[in-house]
Amino acid sequence: MGKFKKKEKGGQQSINTASLPDIVFMLLFFFMVSTTMKEVTLKIQLRSPEATEIEKLEKKSLVTYVYVGIPNRQFQSTFGTEPRIQLNDAFASVDDIQSYIVQERESMKEADRPKMTTSIKADYDCPMGVITDIKQALRKAQALKISYSTRKKSEMNN
Amino acid sequence: MAKRAVPEVNAGSMADIAFLLLIFFLMTTTMDTDTGLARLLPPPVPLDQEPPPPLNERNVFVVLLNSKNQLLVEGEQLQISQLKDKVKEFIDNPLELANFSDKKESDDLPYFGIVPISKGVISLQNDRGTQYQAYLTVQNELQAAYSELRDDKARQKFRKAFKDLKPDEQDAIKEIYPQRISEAEPKNVGVQ
Repeated sequence: MGKFKKKEKGGQQSINTASLPDIVFMLLFFFMVSTTMKEVTLKIQLRSPEATEIEKLEKKSLVTYVYVGIPNRQFQSTFGTEPRIQLNDAFASVDDIQSYIVQERESMKEADRPKMTTSIKADYDCPMGVITDIKQALRKAQALKISYSTRKKSEMNN
Repeated sequence: MAKRAVPEVNAGSMADIAFLLLIFFLMTTTMDTDTGLARLLPPPVPLDQEPPPPLNERNVFVVLLNSKNQLLVEGEQLQISQLKDKVKEFIDNPLELANFSDKKESDDLPYFGIVPISKGVISLQNDRGTQYQAYLTVQNELQAAYSELRDDKARQKFRKAFKDLKPDEQDAIKEIYPQRISEAEPKNVGVQ
């Protein structure tokens, strides 16, 4: 009869995988573009101070940030032009720091809690009064490991 | 003439290469890490606790920073660039001068044995109006003084830079030059 012809010689038909790399690249680009580092939108002016004896903050998950600086222009009508504290995405007062630290500490793993570091990111021109208040609040909250966030001093203006 | 089949390049491994690249970049990308001056705050003092006995005055190196960012070191007005050498001189006190820090015998340290250790403490006080950058510069100079002392010791003993030493060697040197920077409870210095 021979009505149904056997197709080619047996064996498996191979799927064309030539487009697979394209798919993977597409994934790669998608993640590259869409990943935003979890960073707060700064509502203050932050010009980093400089130092030479700096250390790296190793584990990001252990670091809590406290931002200090003069509010950006669009917030100046409500918050004034004096240096203010920003915790996460909102302006805060010194009294809020303690509860913020406690809350951050609660969200950490038990084993990591003693290693918690607080990074004070303050504008280079802000007066020490605010910083001193923050330090006192941190002491009360038992967040004793701190780091004054600074840039590496460039050799040029040494 | 026999028809030649166009040879197809096997592109199956392209995916693997792409994955390899993806993983390589995932691993190596470090989000710009934060850097800063690390400090340890003293634990809060309970209200009913008696104040600690005062230290011998020769062992305290007083650094005052006023609201105009001027530096007063041991009663003497200094430029920030001079601070580091002053601190080193005070801590190390190689000539055993009476106005610089006193020494005490250490415990039996690994690598060094019993060595004299400075009892010097640096007391840093600043005004509420001091500029943050000025304060950090002073902190930085103090830290630099300590790291230079440690580095000198490391070169003298191990003929290597401090940062290239093994952790236990580093610890031994840190015992010899403990970093003691005390910050006073906030008060106003030099307000008009």
